[in-house]
Amino acid sequence: MANIDIRRVTKSYGKDEVIHGVDLTVNNGEFVVILGPSGCGKSTLLRMIAGLEDISGGEISIAGTVVNDLEPRQRGCAMVFQNYALYPHMTVAENIGYALKVAGMKKPERLDKVRAVAKSVGLEEFMDRKPGQLSGGQRQRVAMARAIIREPKVFLFDEPLSNLDAKLRVQMRHEIRRIHNRIKATSVFVTHDQHEGMTLADRMVIMNKGTIDQVGTPEEVYNRPATVYVAGFIGSPAMNFLSGQISAEQGAILLADDSRIEISGAQARTHVGALVQLGLRPEDMTLCAPGAGHLTGTFDFYEELGSAGLYHLMIEDVPFTVLSSAKPRFQHGDPVGVLADLSKLHVFRAQDGVRIDMDASVTRQMEPAE
Amino acid sequence: MTQADLPLAAAAGSAEARAVNPPRKPRMPGLVENTPVLNILTHVILLTGMIILLFPMYLVFNAATLSLQEVNAQPAHLLPGDQFWNNIQEAWVTRDFGQKFVNSLIVALGVVTGKIFIACITAFGLVFFDHRLRMPIFWMVFITLMLPLEVRIVPTYAVAANALQPFQMIMDWTGISWLIQTVSGIEVALEWNMLNSYTGLIVPLIATATGTFLYRQFFLTIPDELVEAAKMDGAGPLRFLVEILVPLSRTNIAALATIMFVYSWNQYLWPLLIVTDPSYGVVAVELGKLVPDTNSTGGAIPNWHIAMAGTLIVTVPPVIVVIFMQRWFVRGLINTDK
Repeated sequence: MANIDIRRVTKSYGKDEVIHGVDLTVNNGEFVVILGPSGCGKSTLLRMIAGLEDISGGEISIAGTVVNDLEPRQRGCAMVFQNYALYPHMTVAENIGYALKVAGMKKPERLDKVRAVAKSVGLEEFMDRKPGQLSGGQRQRVAMARAIIREPKVFLFDEPLSNLDAKLRVQMRHEIRRIHNRIKATSVFVTHDQHEGMTLADRMVIMNKGTIDQVGTPEEVYNRPATVYVAGFIGSPAMNFLSGQISAEQGAILLADDSRIEISGAQARTHVGALVQLGLRPEDMTLCAPGAGHLTGTFDFYEELGSAGLYHLMIEDVPFTVLSSAKPRFQHGDPVGVLADLSKLHVFRAQDGVRIDMDASVTRQMEPAE
Repeated sequence: MTQADLPLAAAAGSAEARAVNPPRKPRMPGLVENTPVLNILTHVILLTGMIILLFPMYLVFNAATLSLQEVNAQPAHLLPGDQFWNNIQEAWVTRDFGQKFVNSLIVALGVVTGKIFIACITAFGLVFFDHRLRMPIFWMVFITLMLPLEVRIVPTYAVAANALQPFQMIMDWTGISWLIQTVSGIEVALEWNMLNSYTGLIVPLIATATGTFLYRQFFLTIPDELVEAAKMDGAGPLRFLVEILVPLSRTNIAALATIMFVYSWNQYLWPLLIVTDPSYGVVAVELGKLVPDTNSTGGAIPNWHIAMAGTLIVTVPPVIVVIFMQRWFVRGLINTDK
């Protein structure tokens, strides 16, 4: 059990810096998910914690010890890899017990532990099989068992579920959460799948091009995304964005199609004239008659999602989606009105994408556009 | 292969207890046709090829069963005679094959073990360690593929005659020998003679570019994650080599061992050159001495039946090795559980 402190960590390959001074603290027993698209540096960061990559700058410490110059085996981390990385020539039992064998534990004692751990992940029937004879989910369990048996200070997961099919992925996700609840080890989990992130994390870290955009609980990240990037990345279907400008005299945001969304006077004064990105989640809006809502667009096409339907509109040539369980019918090209829940409006500065906080109590008074 | 399995695991739903074995389909279904004419034609072609390959072997066997008169008769006898055991016995006794077999076996096993060890270690160093000399060393090894023993046989002989001579020369050039002699009064004369010894027969043959290359290619297929998993498990490089890489390269070892066993069993020029003491003689050289020429027969009728009997004797061990190891190849190919 330990906390991880990452201080101004950078990583460069030659002249290319891929991680630009990241700061992060993972508390003891916490499950932190690092989320980002491929190439954002999330795996590199994890591998630096594990000791599989050199740290170009800054400092990583685990349980108060700076580990920059320690070998992976001295750091007390266990890692679960995307491709499981099981030893193909060893049986399940040998795979699980290998770390203990390397550590010099006697065979009878080792076998007892292997059996106990294998049982805890439901592998006791497969002890004598080779990895080649197991399915993907079972292999992943062996990989988990191999990590658990070492009783590591820190668990590292490098996209462990990406190789599984959708159903199994959900199942393994629950199992990982259950295991974490039981052993409460500090865990860092890297993924590009926001559902995994949202469901597993105590706290999420959203990475973007080698920097951290936001750290927060899944709820915070979803409800108050710190940047336009986080807002667009988290949430499925993705958030809609419209460009606008804050106009002081009208106390509102003017959109490209001349519709206006009123905001509090105080906010408008602080950011007079600022170009902004307006963010609205598809589920925070409803469809209405043209002109009756805040926005008006033309209907493009419809996607059936089962419990609800996703309406694709065009607003001034910008694609826009609204999630509706009412499922009204439209023809292509029909004008459609959109009524937004303005308490859930997100506003970001256009120049750097940083969130501008709106005062929720005031935004409720906004009027529909004309 | 793991990834290729996954869609099938998905199809099996939650029944992941089932081991996933995709049904085998012919790789090129269009090429497999059930027409009797084509069947007969392919078999005729196969049979012709087999006869062309086996006929010389038959001639060897046939000659080994004939008597001196029969083997030299014109036209040639194409049916076996009854002298097989006599001929075998005579070849065995005249050339003292008992001792030579032991020698050849020692040399072949020594060469095989040495080659596998050297190839494995070299490739390990070339693939898993990142250092500046990696590529230069690899290319140096690779280039020696083009230099067979015959090309460098004279310098190799010089080294075998005194393996420490290069060191002596370096010490002489740099003046270290002079220094030692002046200070201690001892004349530095390093000598390690490998002529007429198993070491001399084995050591110059164990460097192997082919083997190193084979191992390198195999090591390159080891996924990085496996290396990293071993690192996380706390295994050092040597442990990783011995407990993970070597077991994984079993089939590789079997292939290399087979090729190299045959190669060293058949070595002729090198043993001929460095062995003068008959107690270190090897079978290939002895077989050469069985070939009748004016020296061995003294102008008498050439005794090809004995030479052919000797050939049969000498061919047996490599054939056994190939037959035995072939089963290993196949087993290895089926069990590619990477």
